[in-house]
Amino acid sequence: MGSHGIKDQVAIIGMGCTPFLEHWDKSLDDLIIDAAHSTYASAGIAQEDIDAFWFGTSQSAASGLALAGPLKIQGKPVTRVENYCATGSEAMRNAAYAVASGAYDVVMALGAEKVKDGGYQGLNAFPIPTDGTQRTLTAAAMFSLILPSYSQKYGVDRDELRYTVAKIAEKNHFNGARNPLAQFRRETSAEQICEMAAVAGELSVFDCAGVADGAAAVIMCRAEDAHKYCPNPLYIKALSFVAGTGAGSLDPDYDYTALLESKWAADDAYAQAGVTDPKIEIAMAEVHDCFTPTELVLMEDLGFSDPGAAWQDVLDGAFQLDGRLPVNTDGGLKSFGHPVGASGLRMLYEVWLQLRGEAPEDRRISETDRNLGLTHNLGGYPGEMVSFVGIYGPELG
Amino acid sequence: MRGIIASGAYIPHRRLDRSEIAALFGKGGGRGTRSVASFDEDTTTMGAEAARNALRDAGDATVDALWFATSTPAYLEKTNAAAIHAALRLEPSVGALDMGGALRSGIGTIRTALQGGATTLVVSSDIRDGMATSADESAGGDGAAALIIGDDTAGTLIAEYVGSGVATDEFLERWRVPGAERSRVWEERFGEVTYAPLMKDAFAAALADAGIDADQVDHLAVAGLHARAIKRGGKTFGAAAEKMVDDLSGTVGNTGTAHAGLLLAATLEQAEPGQTIAVVMLADGVEVIILRTTDAIADYTSSAPVAAQAAAGAPVSYGKFLSWRGMVAVEPPNRPAPQRTSASAAYRKSDWKFGFVGTRDRSSGMIHMPPARVSQKGGAVDDMEQVPMADTVGMIASFTVDKLVYSPSPPVVFAVVDFQGGGRAPLELTDVDPDEVEIGGRVEPTFRRLSTSDEIHNYFWKVRPVRGEPNEQSPPAREES
Repeated sequence: MGSHGIKDQVAIIGMGCTPFLEHWDKSLDDLIIDAAHSTYASAGIAQEDIDAFWFGTSQSAASGLALAGPLKIQGKPVTRVENYCATGSEAMRNAAYAVASGAYDVVMALGAEKVKDGGYQGLNAFPIPTDGTQRTLTAAAMFSLILPSYSQKYGVDRDELRYTVAKIAEKNHFNGARNPLAQFRRETSAEQICEMAAVAGELSVFDCAGVADGAAAVIMCRAEDAHKYCPNPLYIKALSFVAGTGAGSLDPDYDYTALLESKWAADDAYAQAGVTDPKIEIAMAEVHDCFTPTELVLMEDLGFSDPGAAWQDVLDGAFQLDGRLPVNTDGGLKSFGHPVGASGLRMLYEVWLQLRGEAPEDRRISETDRNLGLTHNLGGYPGEMVSFVGIYGPELG
Repeated sequence: MRGIIASGAYIPHRRLDRSEIAALFGKGGGRGTRSVASFDEDTTTMGAEAARNALRDAGDATVDALWFATSTPAYLEKTNAAAIHAALRLEPSVGALDMGGALRSGIGTIRTALQGGATTLVVSSDIRDGMATSADESAGGDGAAALIIGDDTAGTLIAEYVGSGVATDEFLERWRVPGAERSRVWEERFGEVTYAPLMKDAFAAALADAGIDADQVDHLAVAGLHARAIKRGGKTFGAAAEKMVDDLSGTVGNTGTAHAGLLLAATLEQAEPGQTIAVVMLADGVEVIILRTTDAIADYTSSAPVAAQAAAGAPVSYGKFLSWRGMVAVEPPNRPAPQRTSASAAYRKSDWKFGFVGTRDRSSGMIHMPPARVSQKGGAVDDMEQVPMADTVGMIASFTVDKLVYSPSPPVVFAVVDFQGGGRAPLELTDVDPDEVEIGGRVEPTFRRLSTSDEIHNYFWKVRPVRGEPNEQSPPAREES
């Protein structure tokens, strides 16, 4: 028994990503077709060359028919995947395992979400019949629970902490302003964000991810076949996933200053990849900044900061484009919005660009001897979440 | 000997300052305040809270029956007393009946229970509405009362039943058809004149039944919606008229069906041993009940006295009052309204939903809220015992204010609550202003109506701040297991 990972067994040979926008003029099918065909072009292959498909969508459609139909995939397996806001990463993870198992030569994972047809602001959960006792709070409010707890645990002044998380939004908007695919392309200062009205705890609307439609996709094959398709593939170093038991909502020991499922997923991923000190081995990371406090504590859970030190590291600019470990160089959920099924693959798309030197110059990370990229994708709430961590690199070994 | 074993009352937290009514409309209102049921309360939840207070003070007495009287039931056809029964975790063999509709059913159930045989929990509850600026709106109040009535073999009596008098007559004085937003009244003078002889007859009959004279009455509590008729009754009550107790009109307002029970509960809290109490209610005739306090009342302390509840509370703006009552439609957050509750899912979780009962894993001791079959600690399967949590105080571990989520009255104030002796649950805070919430603050469970969708009321528990010092009467914290 054990989590062994599939390090260097599977290669990423093509990726595509639509703009993440309020696509009033595009349907889910349109987004799927755009993402799929840009990915085929990226890999230089035809749809017929793909042996199996995984389709991640949280609430926009059901079953593999939703992918096979618009793409007219003939006689192939299509698996629909749902795992909260980590759905896109989960589709990719399962597709990668299918290649590693030897079952298929070439696979595609595609994540898509059409959020903006619902008629409400924000993301809203799919109604499941219940006893009526379940909490109905917004995700923003759930993640806002982190701030008072973090402030108390580490003795950080509430106003200073509030400014600190606004700095995270400032950074991500700075990066997003340099990304033509992002929903929000305007820089915003932490000072401006702090002046905005609170909507959930201390969080303003600008502490929350945007809401956008979008799709992204990846094509993978066995590592040894990668150069048949792509001169500069990425290799999967680790794929890790943890589903929590919801312990945070019933165990008084949980203190809302960490996202434990993310920490466990990171620990497992580092073990799979052979990473011993992420602070100096990871070149860049795309993390699930659904709300600004999320990114704050993730820096500690992912081992980029020591416990209780992330707020200081944020203020020191450690995670800026020119910092010691750039985080969310594409602008993150903050700038992209969060089409649930697509976000995990959008993160991977940025790693694909950065590690292969294809990111535009104005948001390209500095050259270092580090060459590992990390994506972190979560779904749920503090204390009750699913969490994904993937690590990728351009070289074998 | 038969009488009252315990009394309880519930006055909601919010108060409307009547002067706000004239400030907005240029008329109506008056002096003082009235109590206001929160947006998440109805007559069922208030009745449950009053009953909890009574049961807390009832010693070892167990009830055989639950009777619930209201003129503003949450449901018709469906028994509202069954929801109270569930919130109190009474045994299935305890009957639960609604005595609904008429204002008179409040005092009528008390008298019938006093003349009956079973140990009966008599609950009365009302929400008093009226058109904006109306006398009913400002004079009304919301609240509930509960009395545990039985033989002296069932529990220690604090007051003994000594007699009653009734005068029934059919006349059109105050009425409301089902579904109507307001009550109608006939010309005030007609009721005033018509009630006068009925009061006289019923009071005389009660005194005769008790074998006493008017000057032997130590406390006279008079309830009813017709203020002028009551005032005129001063002559009728003779010497007893000077013993009239505060009718709570200045602070709480007139709680309709609940008012006779509420005034009786308030009077019992102040009475000395051996005193005679007369309770009168004017409603389509007159009912009079006469009780005499026992020596045991000297040792009886209410855990939530009416006087303390009436004096407590916090203001609610007239605008919010009107929106809570559905008189003014306020735009909700642009979020989906809650879906309706599943009847079968709710039934499976009835202990949790209505009784706030969690489970404790026997091997690890960990408390699970909601109940679980597999333990979070150690993973033991199907080795849990029930743990009632409704009377356990909790502490706020973290909290937030959600202005985005749908609520009948935004914003939602929400806390992660760690209960004394173990157990954590994320719960909504109620009867609270966002700026008074802090980590470490003490809260207690309260039975509420979360929402209504598709004409289905969704009942569950919230928490409210513990105000004032911890009460000696409240149950001790459970040992850490």
